[in-house]
Amino acid sequence: MTESSSANTLPRQLWNFFASVKLSVVILLSLAITSIIGTVIPQNENPMLYRQKFGDVLFNIFHTLNIFDMYHSWWFRFLLCLLTVNIIVCSINRLSATWKIIFPQKPSYNIKRFKTSKHRREWTAAGTPENVKTLYAPLLARRFSRLIEEKTDTGFRLFAEKGRWTRLGVYAVHLSVLFMVAGGLMGSIFGFDGYVNLPEGESTNRVILQKNGSEITLDFDIRCDDFTISFYDADNSGMPKEYRSRLSLIREGDILVQKDILVNDPLRFRGINIFQSSYGKIPSTETIPVNKFTVTITEQASGLIYNKAATIGSPVEMPGNSGTLVVVDFSHTFSYHGVDLSNVFLCQLTNKDGDPEHFIIPADKPRFDVMRNGDFIISITNVDFNDIKIESKFYTVLQVTKDPGVPIVYAGFLMMIIGCYVTFFMFHQKICVEITKNETGTIVTAAGISEKNRPGMNAVIHNLSRELQKHD
Amino acid sequence: MTSSEIFSIITFIYGLATIFYVVAWIFKARPAGKLAAIITIVAALGNLAGIILRWVESYQMGIGHAPLSNLFESLIFFAMTIAMIHLFIEFRYKLRFVGVAASPISFLVMAYASLPKVVAYTPLPKINDAIQPLIPALQSNWLIAHVMTCFIGYAAFAIAFGISLMFLVKDSADRQSPGIVSRIPDSDTLDDLTHQMVMLGFLFLSVGIITGAVWANQAWGRYWGWDPKETWSLITWLIYASLLHARLMRGWQGKKIAVLSCIGFLAVIFTYFGVNLLPGLHSYQ
Repeated sequence: MTESSSANTLPRQLWNFFASVKLSVVILLSLAITSIIGTVIPQNENPMLYRQKFGDVLFNIFHTLNIFDMYHSWWFRFLLCLLTVNIIVCSINRLSATWKIIFPQKPSYNIKRFKTSKHRREWTAAGTPENVKTLYAPLLARRFSRLIEEKTDTGFRLFAEKGRWTRLGVYAVHLSVLFMVAGGLMGSIFGFDGYVNLPEGESTNRVILQKNGSEITLDFDIRCDDFTISFYDADNSGMPKEYRSRLSLIREGDILVQKDILVNDPLRFRGINIFQSSYGKIPSTETIPVNKFTVTITEQASGLIYNKAATIGSPVEMPGNSGTLVVVDFSHTFSYHGVDLSNVFLCQLTNKDGDPEHFIIPADKPRFDVMRNGDFIISITNVDFNDIKIESKFYTVLQVTKDPGVPIVYAGFLMMIIGCYVTFFMFHQKICVEITKNETGTIVTAAGISEKNRPGMNAVIHNLSRELQKHD
Repeated sequence: MTSSEIFSIITFIYGLATIFYVVAWIFKARPAGKLAAIITIVAALGNLAGIILRWVESYQMGIGHAPLSNLFESLIFFAMTIAMIHLFIEFRYKLRFVGVAASPISFLVMAYASLPKVVAYTPLPKINDAIQPLIPALQSNWLIAHVMTCFIGYAAFAIAFGISLMFLVKDSADRQSPGIVSRIPDSDTLDDLTHQMVMLGFLFLSVGIITGAVWANQAWGRYWGWDPKETWSLITWLIYASLLHARLMRGWQGKKIAVLSCIGFLAVIFTYFGVNLLPGLHSYQ
């Protein structure tokens, strides 16, 4: 098979397509540009809101393209897939060549490449080439990892190099991206992300999942023993200072672990992480907020007024045996046809036929009941509020997650940082110091080459030539 | 003297340094250039002193924390980092012209931080220079590592941007007007330096994103959540990653790289300021 025909087979074409760095740049820029969408259009909101905002046509287009959850859409994942394949193919394609450079059978030097290098210095040294060589060789041996001496017609040639392994740095960076993708995938398959709302003193083992609202059951109970919130004093802005939940994890009555969690200090237990996420207040309903009050009943027809003492739940006989009034409940606030009323009593009036009628009476509003158009106008005054402080209970909102992919992602993080440092700031340095005799004396030329023509090479040669000259 | 007073003075000194750099460049005046470098050293040291003093002041108020917790404090740190990287290049590579590209950025950043009343008339996010206590989400040792690495990265990108702008100016005006433009260093030097700064920025942006991810996994229960700020930092990272690949593997140089570096810096700006306008977990003011 000739080379041209093998280059045209489909697998070969596909391989070459994915081995191209042009593709990498296109994918990277596509990811960058498409990612903008999700920062402009808020993600994962109520579909009704989107429909209202964009109208039916746009909504349907966006919905089909998964724009409202774009980072998990098929096309964004497809781009990530392309990137992954691109990285793998590029790395395999180049690694064998790099490997041969890093671990050569027999290291060799091409003198021509040094001769054309622009990173070079030249100076005259005292002594014979032999003397100069014996002076320079140990210095170079110290600074570089490999040193080869060669005799030439007019003197000596010293080759030295170091940092072959730094060519692997770029592979570490690319591998790190694969680690992050793999770790992320693992987390999304084997992990979960949910929350629980837990009132103080209560416990649960049910976690509501963030993404679809379904429930999962843990094999232990989470109990919130206490929740406290503290604030900075008013001089210092009065902002929240600390949210603290005291949690106990319990299985079959045994406390497995107990810990106070804070926003930056979660509880981690056997792969499950519990985070302080939010909190809320539950108004207490255990104490009745009013003791007694006066019910005033005005007969519409006669204008006669009756005052009666009453309490919540106790029946009040209506004048002329026309029925029974029971004040069923009390509420500090009540929304009545869009108007916020305060201190409202819920009443039930049962006529002599036994038909109940429900209505509300706000305290100290004598004319309010007129609009009911009944036979009697009822009002409530002289309310004796219960003075007992109502302690409202807190509930804590905990985020509960499991992500077995985290160690892999973190390994990727570490590899990325080390790899970037090695790739950017270390490089394979090769130098050649040529010592030749001519009519006037001994001429020394130091030249250096590096992969990708690093500007840093110039500094290396500059410093090296200075150091060598110091030893003349 | 309070830290706020120091920062006002530092703004002025950065402005002075900028003037001297420009004068030295236009009139080829070496002494002015030397003076500009000395002024920048004074400004950077004063900037550092101000940051340390603000740190001390926060402890005196009983709400001690590193001054890296809001927009104002990040701007102050940003200006200092730009000045320090610029000074490092200037002395290490003996390249005075970097001051012309970098010191105006330090000055503008400080001016933004110290002129809240002027900022109020612009669409830019508002400045609050009061020392505020840390809300629970920010109470973490990761704060220092995350903010510092991000801003060292941003600073390197800012300098790359300044140099790229010079490159584009030189490139577009090369033939017609010699004069000042001809005093911009040769294209290779500009191109090399842009590349160096982008690599430095990329390393630190990577570390910044990673420390942020580790921190998020501790505070919010996930290392990545596609929050607008996270996403924009990734967009920035992707743009600079494209630049590095285009340059190293496709041999792009000069104008194309300069343009990409400018686009990258626009993304940095948006990551930094623009995201405050979008809803998300990072919108601390």
